[in-house]
Amino acid sequence: MREDRAVREDRAVTAAPGQGAPLLHAVGAAGPRVVVLAGGLSHERDVSLRSGRRVADALRGAGLEVTVHDVDADLLPVLAQTGPDLVWPLLHGATGEDGSVRDVLELLGLRYLGTDPRASRLAWSKPVAKTVVARAGLTTPEFVTLPQSLFRELGAGRVLDAIVGRLGLPLVVKPSRGGSALGVSLVREAGELARAMVDAFAYGDTALVERAVRGREVAVSVVEDVDGPRALPGVEIVTEGPYDYDARYNPGRTEYFTPARLSGAEAAAVAEMALAAHGALGLRHLSRTDLILDDDGVPHFLEVNVAPGMTETSLFPQAAVAAGHDLGVLYRSLVEIALGEAAVTRV
Amino acid sequence: MTSETPGAGALPPTGAAATDRGVPAVPPTSPAGPEGAHGTRLDPWLHAYADRAHAMRASEIRALFAVANRPEVVSLAGGMPYLEGLPLDVLADLSRRVVATRGTTALQYGSGQGDETLREQILDVMRLEGIDAHPDDVVVTTGSQQALDLVTRIFVNPGDVVLAEAPSYVGALGVFRAYEADVVHVPLDADGLIPAALEETLTALERAGRRVKLLYTVPNFHNPAGVTLSAERRPQILEIARRHGVLVLEDNPYGLLGFSGDPLPALRSLESDGVVYLGSFSKTFAPGYRVGWAVAPHAVREKLVLASESAILSPSNASQLAISAYLATCDWKGQIKAFRELYRERRDAMVGALAEHLPDASWTVPDGGFYTWVRLPEGLDARAMLPRAVTARVAYVPGTAFYFDDRGTDHMRLSFCFPTPDRIREGVRRLAGVVAGESELVSLFGTSGARSVHDVQAPGPDLA
Repeated sequence: MREDRAVREDRAVTAAPGQGAPLLHAVGAAGPRVVVLAGGLSHERDVSLRSGRRVADALRGAGLEVTVHDVDADLLPVLAQTGPDLVWPLLHGATGEDGSVRDVLELLGLRYLGTDPRASRLAWSKPVAKTVVARAGLTTPEFVTLPQSLFRELGAGRVLDAIVGRLGLPLVVKPSRGGSALGVSLVREAGELARAMVDAFAYGDTALVERAVRGREVAVSVVEDVDGPRALPGVEIVTEGPYDYDARYNPGRTEYFTPARLSGAEAAAVAEMALAAHGALGLRHLSRTDLILDDDGVPHFLEVNVAPGMTETSLFPQAAVAAGHDLGVLYRSLVEIALGEAAVTRV
Repeated sequence: MTSETPGAGALPPTGAAATDRGVPAVPPTSPAGPEGAHGTRLDPWLHAYADRAHAMRASEIRALFAVANRPEVVSLAGGMPYLEGLPLDVLADLSRRVVATRGTTALQYGSGQGDETLREQILDVMRLEGIDAHPDDVVVTTGSQQALDLVTRIFVNPGDVVLAEAPSYVGALGVFRAYEADVVHVPLDADGLIPAALEETLTALERAGRRVKLLYTVPNFHNPAGVTLSAERRPQILEIARRHGVLVLEDNPYGLLGFSGDPLPALRSLESDGVVYLGSFSKTFAPGYRVGWAVAPHAVREKLVLASESAILSPSNASQLAISAYLATCDWKGQIKAFRELYRERRDAMVGALAEHLPDASWTVPDGGFYTWVRLPEGLDARAMLPRAVTARVAYVPGTAFYFDDRGTDHMRLSFCFPTPDRIREGVRRLAGVVAGESELVSLFGTSGARSVHDVQAPGPDLA
């Protein structure tokens, strides 16, 4: 640890962060120095810590110098002192995905990997993201977004009746923001809806209720390379019971098919949807779109993640490996693309 | 869809060098095309696990606790002693001296039963609770948690019944579950385990032809309930257990941390043949050494030593000698007294804040130990409320963790051992806001009562 710090201090002097960070060509043979942000104070802290460690290991394997840092009171002094070439926010939930941490990175003039704060804000809110992609012509399940206060003002029973009357059953209820399926319920009978609302509101003030679409659950990750965004093979998720936290992070209950068992036309349709969502929302470098492919082969957009999970059981790395990527090489190329863009836009 | 070969399609780790670098164990070119019958479950060994391993899963609740160690969060969840109360410079010097003067012993394998000098010193500790034993009766273990594991290992077959208080220590329930025991809860009240209820439960189980192997009890400053088994009930409990041929497993990590009066006599002090006693330095001194012990009848002790040797060969000599040196050269009784006063002040802060901020809840007022057991206002579910608490930067353990069945939704365990009194008051104040928000939601939607809990809540070590 102590040695580490000494090295870093040394670097801080040579990199002279106060005088403008070095451009890509100045990074040197040692490779760019990356700070991975992981942890944070969200419900998904644990997932983020795991994602951060995985990505950091892969990048180190690819020859980069990587440190992992939490979002805490030490972060800004450390960033100022070490002057990393790039920050990779691997934060899930709350300020990590809603754009605000990225806003701060911009305030500090630091280069970072991934979507900018404005677009993050759109993607982070599920109803906003659904509206944006629907305007771009994508299909998304019909939905309503309701704050808890409205139920109080109008009477919960009447609003619940109206929801079922309009959207029918079954329904999916989720917090309007958040990931890892926390607070998400499938409602098959009208009587289950109230409990589902309570569970969603435990995670936030606003809940999204959408019509549940029957079909296959497919996640399509998008990565950018020098030629622009590219869809990775879809991952099909087959779960015993709901694809909830337990099914996501404990191997066993979920069976993944990568690539998804799709016809050529279906594979093209889901790839096209992920690329279209990535483009419509103005996402950058990487994203993951979760969708349902219905029995007629039509994809329905559910949500998109600007910081997709990168754990041992996560979908993005599975798709990348299935496409023949070495994760270290892929992550390094993302780092280089982010640095290259930064170099270009700075000049 | 479950198949005979759920791991089919995935390579074992030996074939996938990439797993070392964090690549999931998926073949680089997956054979699963449109006709592929099997995907991957990301664990090529899934088909190989013992039945008991399938219940070992990381839960959403456990993930929510990930924020509990951040300084912004007031954690009323943990069972960590307040180590800042210890003379760390003195302990550092002791450890240095142990290695300098007895290093070839301290860093070597030791006896499976534990260091003999330490076993003698443990007798001095136990004498404070009236226990008269021989050093040969003592088995030193890696925390009393390991003793719990060993006792269960040598007594419990899958399907055997273990009796435990309702609620009971979450870490013990995890051990019983791992050995596939069936835990039957026996109610307790303000005076601890209820003898009549114990008699009734045992009789009913016998009538049903069930084999009851152990009565697991935390008689002093119960975790999580905060209550203490009264002096009058102690011989009654022992008599009932003896009559029904059930071994009593007395778990007593908190006995010396009482806030008033002298410790009550341990069950083991009243009966030596029918009791296995578990003690620990984790709560009265420091859990980092991982030193606890069991006191058992001689034949049981023989098996415990053999079981322990097969599990760990020998407990840490370095830890044992450090604790032995501490007991020999420091005023450990004075230290425990200082801890008692510190924790009493925190208990007062906790119950004072509860009275001020959560008048609609009810709680136990413990006379020692680390915990109070809080019953929430009608209709609230502590587990469902936890995400809201995490958002409000306060953590607790939902009551469901302390039951083998679905009970406990309306309770939570609050600990007062680690945060300072000011932080405790702040935590309870935040909790009151959480309870108010959840109450409003529940009354708004008219949802109340228990929901089914389907995951196992194995605690992280800091929640023990």
